[in-house]
Amino acid sequence: MNRPQTTDRRPSSVVRRPSSGFLKAIAAIVWKDLAAELRSRELLSAMLVFALLVILIFNFALELDPVTRRMATPGILWATFAFAGTLGLNRSMAVEKDRGCLDGLLLAPVDRSAIYFGKTISNLAFMLIVEVVVLPVYSVLYNTNLFNPGLIVVILLGSVGYVAVGTLLSSMAVQTRTRDVLLPILLFPVVIPILIAAVKASSGFLQGLSLTEVMPYINLLIVYDVIFTAVAYMVFDYVVEE
Amino acid sequence: MIAVKKLVKRFGLKTVLRGLDFEVQEGEFVALLGPNGAGKTTFLRILASLSRPTLGEVRVAGFRLPIQAAAVRRNLGVVSHLPLLYGDLTAEENLRFFGRIYSVLELSQRIDEVLELVGLNSRRRDLVRTFSRGMQQRLAIGRAILHDPEVLLFDEPHTGLDQDACDMLDRLLREVAGQGRTVVMTSHDLARVEDLASRFDVLSRGVISASASRNDLGKNNLLDFYRQALSG
Amino acid sequence: MKPQPMVLKVLNVVSVLLFLAALGMVFLYAPLEATMNYVQKIFYFHIATAWVGMLGFIAAAVAGVLYLIKHDQKWDIVELAAVEISLVFFLIAIAAGSIWARPTWGAYWTWEPRLTTAAILEMIYIAYLLLRQGIDDPDRRARFSAVYTLVGAISVPITFMSIRLFRTIHPVVIGTNSAASQGSFDMTSKMLATMFFALFAFSVIFVNLFWHRIRLGQLAQQVEQLKLEELQ
Repeated sequence: MNRPQTTDRRPSSVVRRPSSGFLKAIAAIVWKDLAAELRSRELLSAMLVFALLVILIFNFALELDPVTRRMATPGILWATFAFAGTLGLNRSMAVEKDRGCLDGLLLAPVDRSAIYFGKTISNLAFMLIVEVVVLPVYSVLYNTNLFNPGLIVVILLGSVGYVAVGTLLSSMAVQTRTRDVLLPILLFPVVIPILIAAVKASSGFLQGLSLTEVMPYINLLIVYDVIFTAVAYMVFDYVVEE
Repeated sequence: MIAVKKLVKRFGLKTVLRGLDFEVQEGEFVALLGPNGAGKTTFLRILASLSRPTLGEVRVAGFRLPIQAAAVRRNLGVVSHLPLLYGDLTAEENLRFFGRIYSVLELSQRIDEVLELVGLNSRRRDLVRTFSRGMQQRLAIGRAILHDPEVLLFDEPHTGLDQDACDMLDRLLREVAGQGRTVVMTSHDLARVEDLASRFDVLSRGVISASASRNDLGKNNLLDFYRQALSG
Repeated sequence: MKPQPMVLKVLNVVSVLLFLAALGMVFLYAPLEATMNYVQKIFYFHIATAWVGMLGFIAAAVAGVLYLIKHDQKWDIVELAAVEISLVFFLIAIAAGSIWARPTWGAYWTWEPRLTTAAILEMIYIAYLLLRQGIDDPDRRARFSAVYTLVGAISVPITFMSIRLFRTIHPVVIGTNSAASQGSFDMTSKMLATMFFALFAFSVIFVNLFWHRIRLGQLAQQVEQLKLEELQ
């Protein structure tokens, strides 16, 4: 059956062979998340407000004298990051699920792990932005100097591990009936090594301990990050493919 | 272009598709009809490589699913009843994103072409969030043809559209299909597909129970054909 | 439904007998410990149930990996059975440990590495069960459960080591330095024999319960199948 060609069809050289497609896809996904968030700012403002409220609550809940508060700082910071983090992870995945966008991503001729890495990197970016804001605010509110290069490293390593597991688990949680509520329940027990190591290492750096004393915890963070990024990468397919 | 043999799909213990056979030649426009819950969406998802067959053979654009899924996806464009678009990005940005993950060459030019085709050039810098449902569907079609696929799959694209929007959509569908593409479209709306498709298949009780080309049917016999296919 | 095979029936009897024998050994054969007297006797059950918990943990992890590789639903049943048994037995172990801890250390709970890790593991198990509850599709439920089992299984040893690290660099006054942690009271050969017998007896009990629970899972699956066939 002949149908009149209403427009010229371009030859199929419109699509490039995806040799560099993997990295480009990751970059595209990260760009997409950041661009969308820059515009709506829903996710970041929610995370930031929540983080600051948590710090406020800790202030009243713990009622510490300045000396004890100095020792409690790493714990308070990491508890805050852990809670605010779940907000970001949930929201980030919910966007994909709600409008069927996850299918849109899955339809692309690109490795599933590119989706994992793309989402993980943008989740990491959001978490780092929140942390970058919280640190100076905390410093001012409690008259503590938190501008410590060691601390920055710990926050970076800890966030990477948190987000590596978090992205995997939030991809699962978003596909269940219980959704948002399920993520912290799944995530927190599994992320405890990060919390332990991050709090101890942060504390070490803030107290000016020697590097050798803090190193075991840094090593723990690195080991955790490497292991779980690898595991999540290998297992992500099972979570999104039907 | 599409060849399906004895396709079985089970969800746990429930069997939705029972040994389905289906074949589409290049350039055909097939309307897939059937009652709710018959398995149309499930079937389409399998063709779209979003779901794995339990048993049977599925070939799209010459490639086997699920093994050669990546190759299939390069040649496939899908429009579902969900928009699959990012509300916080503009129309242009949405197309740019999808163009990137599909590795489309000369992207900017292609985006211009597509926006022109779907009639959304004037709204290219507007957030998709602000679009009406009809406009979102048109943009979705634009997204689907961005990488110039040979096969198009539509899952109930008219859902939620008013009369005008439907007409506009049909015009676009005809134009897009008229470029020699192979199309499979599921629908509830018999009146709509009557003018669009070149062939009508009915999916009932997990298999294709009837198939008729447009020529065979003649005008206004679609409803009878459909009813008969369901009861038989 | 197949009736219990002969081996299982024999195993039922053997398990009960072994349990009674273990009880006997603990109360009649094993000598009273110098300082702790009767309280120390709960140690045998603490160790034995913790051991069963470990077996379940390993079984669950292995079953999870096997499911992901083979996609056979039976591994999902095995995995769930292993998790449930491990959950219950670790709970008993923790309770037994607490009963022992009170007179020994003056507190029901210490943040000692093994104990804390066991508590975290219980939370992971509960999360696992909640995860399963939230998914209707059996295939997805099995996949997600297996993935979470894997994640949990890898994180638990790391968690244990982290807490150990935490404790060695900052020793706590109560607990780890006390002579009674991990039964480091001096054990006579009779005590050792009792302990090993208890471990053996409980291992057999584990296999017995595991087998029963797997059968229960298979039965449940058959019921589901029958229900679906009725509806169709």
